[in-house]
Amino acid sequence: MDAKTFDSKSLLDSLFENGILFESGVDGLYGRSGAFEEVIERFERLVTRLGAPDKATRIHFPPGMSRATLEKSGYMKSFPQLAGCVHSFMGGEREHAQLLGMMADGGDWTELQKATDLALTPAACYPLYPTVAARGPVPAQGLLFELSSYCFRHEPSKDPARMQLFRMREFVKIGTAEQVRSFRESWLKRGRAMIESLDLPCEVDLANDPFFGRGGKMMANNQRDQGLKFELLIPVTSLEKPTACLSFNYHQDHFGQTWGLKFADGEFCHSACVGFGLERVALALFRHHGPDAEVWPAAVRDVLWSV
Amino acid sequence: MIDQIRSLLEQHPMIPLNFGALADDANLYDAGLTSFASVQMMLALEEEFDIEFPETMLTRRTFSSLASIADAVSQLTRKAA
Repeated sequence: MDAKTFDSKSLLDSLFENGILFESGVDGLYGRSGAFEEVIERFERLVTRLGAPDKATRIHFPPGMSRATLEKSGYMKSFPQLAGCVHSFMGGEREHAQLLGMMADGGDWTELQKATDLALTPAACYPLYPTVAARGPVPAQGLLFELSSYCFRHEPSKDPARMQLFRMREFVKIGTAEQVRSFRESWLKRGRAMIESLDLPCEVDLANDPFFGRGGKMMANNQRDQGLKFELLIPVTSLEKPTACLSFNYHQDHFGQTWGLKFADGEFCHSACVGFGLERVALALFRHHGPDAEVWPAAVRDVLWSV
Repeated sequence: MIDQIRSLLEQHPMIPLNFGALADDANLYDAGLTSFASVQMMLALEEEFDIEFPETMLTRRTFSSLASIADAVSQLTRKAA
């Protein structure tokens, strides 16, 4: 992890060599060392402390969510290439024998599996909206949640900052357009100050999601034209293409309409979220401050180890 | 051209806008057009007119009114002819 190398392959190799990540045989799927996990735990505490004055309701979701919820959310319209559904074997003994035969022959035995009711969670906030909608009208002052979840996106890569299974922490505000926009503004400021306090170089830029296909190009242009997504970028594997470590998203009333999230007067709610890519922030810290967290700059250790 | 586009879009099951009641230059987003519906619109127009919108035209502005859609479609059909 010397300061000059800035490509993803050499960073990944160096993370393996230093025992920070462990190979699994699948790109984007790694074991994490105790030191890596401790950095993530410390960073999560920092996030929670910064958000504490807002008194968010904390919910931790598992890495799987209801497939029906994912379908209704519209995820397959925008990101079919990233989604993962959980399949299981549901046959009898005869099919089991067939499965083992196919496996022994190197055939595609997975066709004997069927889709379960579960999908892998693509972002920490997807399971939240129906949970909130089920509780009835949203109060006039809005609602605020602090979420965490392991998330899945099918994008195998040698870039250690693009994992297939990773953790995301999020604050989600559900309220009026004005409430959620000011929430997002406040986190744009707080997020940048937080990353700068960790002595990491960063910039905030307008961004778009990786929508699927040519239609997706149009969705992405719409998203940019309307300034709906910003990202806080830190150089991790490239100086030219820094990695998005935090994102600040305004959903307008998309989830309000989709899930019937309304105020008592029947008006649809707007929503916004700020997401923290935990592995990405940890990788940025290891990348810039070295493989041994014990000898990171005192100022950085003070911020992380005082919480 | 505009009437052909209006009737095409009016019949589209995934674009729930009352195109018959909209003026040529009325803003479709103000009338409730979602990003997803605008993608459906783009795909329907490509099929109907046998055209392909280049990336530079895949913008919010291109699909903001029936008049600007007609403008874009006629540019592309003229090029193809």
